[in-house]
Amino acid sequence: MSFPWANEYKPTNPLMQWVDNRLPLPRFVYNAVGAGYPVPRNLNYMWNFGVLAGFALVLQIVTGVVLAMHYAANAGVAFDSVEHIMRDVNWGWMLRYAHANGASMFFIVVYTHIFRGFFYSSYKAPREMIWLLGVVIFLLMMATAFMGYVLPWGQMSFWGAKVITGLFSAIPLVGTPLQQWLLGGFAPDNAALNRFFSLHFLLPFVILGVIILHVWALHIPGSSNPTGVEVKQESDTVPFHPYYTAKDGFGLGIFLMVYCALVFFAPNLLGHPDNYIPANPLSTPAHIVPEWYFWPFYAILRAFTSDFMFIPAKLMGVLAMFSAILVWFFLPWLDTSPVRSGHYRPLFRKFFYLLVVDVLVLGYCGGAPAEEPYVMISQIASMYYFLHFLVILPIVSSVETPQPLPFSITEAVLGKDEHATLAPATPAVA
Amino acid sequence: MAGDGVRRRDFINIAAVSFAGVGGLAALYPLISQMAPSADVLAESSTEIDISAISPGQAIKAVWRKQPVFIRNLTPEEIKAADAVDVSTLRDPETLEKRTTAGKTNWLITMGVCTHLGCVPLGAGEGEVKGEFGGYFCPCHGSVYDTAARIRKGPAPKNLEVPPHEFSSDTVVKIG
Ligand code: FES
Repeated sequence: MSFPWANEYKPTNPLMQWVDNRLPLPRFVYNAVGAGYPVPRNLNYMWNFGVLAGFALVLQIVTGVVLAMHYAANAGVAFDSVEHIMRDVNWGWMLRYAHANGASMFFIVVYTHIFRGFFYSSYKAPREMIWLLGVVIFLLMMATAFMGYVLPWGQMSFWGAKVITGLFSAIPLVGTPLQQWLLGGFAPDNAALNRFFSLHFLLPFVILGVIILHVWALHIPGSSNPTGVEVKQESDTVPFHPYYTAKDGFGLGIFLMVYCALVFFAPNLLGHPDNYIPANPLSTPAHIVPEWYFWPFYAILRAFTSDFMFIPAKLMGVLAMFSAILVWFFLPWLDTSPVRSGHYRPLFRKFFYLLVVDVLVLGYCGGAPAEEPYVMISQIASMYYFLHFLVILPIVSSVETPQPLPFSITEAVLGKDEHATLAPATPAVA
Repeated sequence: MAGDGVRRRDFINIAAVSFAGVGGLAALYPLISQMAPSADVLAESSTEIDISAISPGQAIKAVWRKQPVFIRNLTPEEIKAADAVDVSTLRDPETLEKRTTAGKTNWLITMGVCTHLGCVPLGAGEGEVKGEFGGYFCPCHGSVYDTAARIRKGPAPKNLEVPPHEFSSDTVVKIG
């Protein structure tokens, strides 16, 4: 579906006409990310991050496929094969650093994309499906990133694998057999390493598939925008190409600058030195932490230190950690305000920024050792995290008085819209 | 059959789909089962360990099923400390006696795998911290075990597991 004023694909080149009549793939692309997709004219730079995330995925697939040509997924040689890539393979050091830091960039971009969604309530009707698919993508990304981090078979790889699969052992009754099934053994070893490699190669393509669904769902109502007012007329939109291809191109330039700065000047900044020590099943590193992008969730996991009612602390921590993401699935129904954009929701906006601070605090604590005061701070911050989604958000959306919305996107941009006097103002959510 | 409203075609349809469904499920089984620990991993290799060199107060780390095992020679004070605890107050109530071999209560043999998420606790190696209960301390998320390797504090739900073991002689223990 698209707006009736969308440009139509009219190839002039006879070859393209021939192709279009037989397999309308160019038409599909034209309508999806070309001049045939009308997009609100007022998108700000926060709307760059979807395209950037797609770019980061392609980057990971390309660097990953070439790294797989040199890597050996065997517990006996995996560590050495990574060193072989770093020292002997032509440009191997660059490809590996590009892949490792590419993962970090992917998460930076996706977190921004998610918080853009929080602020502008991009999850609201009629865009719930886009949001739900997005959460699925995020879960798949986490699984992929985790398994990728295991592959170099360093100390952090090994103990990360052990601790994360240990999460499953918290499940009553089936926990321990499930963990052994996941690992193919009693502790991470060859079987685990091999299957993680296989799945680490597979999952990015699954992500690609879900992204196609995500974008497909996006094209039904069209992109949201910073006012949260739906597109009403042709003057509210511009074609995706060239307007947003250019704007995304600019964002991409910034992205690449940050990315290259990391890869070439601080390739190990976001990594952990312990992972340059080969895996040793007999000695746990004194301070084990996951990669930075898991820190907020890791802090929630560790916040539960004593049993709660009938539930053991271990299970509680695991449940809380998974719920921290699963709660996002319910967001479209927890936030009941008819107004989307945080710009017009003064109270909601304050709590949004508080949530950002809360997640940053959780992130900091998740990277810190498991001792006071970090445990206490994580406990308070975890509590606030759930309070935000389950209590504050529903209450705020029902008690707050939103500020008046512009009549249309055109009015928001130009200050006036001649249609405004002709048609009665309509509510933001039809 | 037409009389009761069931057509021959319906029967064939249901039978064919059920047959394909059962076949599909049967094909799924090996695909799932292949991920479980393989025969060589499962082969319960047992390990014999010479414990003659471990004097009271010392411990060693051995390996069984590719996982660390702590073998600890408890001092009389450590045994007394473990016995002094009221078992009913424990998260995972077990006496030291139950966790060791009769007549050899000074030999505490446990897995070196924290029951929380599987880190190797500190306390078996020379000079490692033993935690506030004098047993083991897991630095990952702060679980503290006492001198009978029972969980006393922190997120771990269970005592350190005691692997199956028997003393082949006074100086050799067989694990597994
Ligand atoms: S693994 Fe030992 S406390 Fe978490």
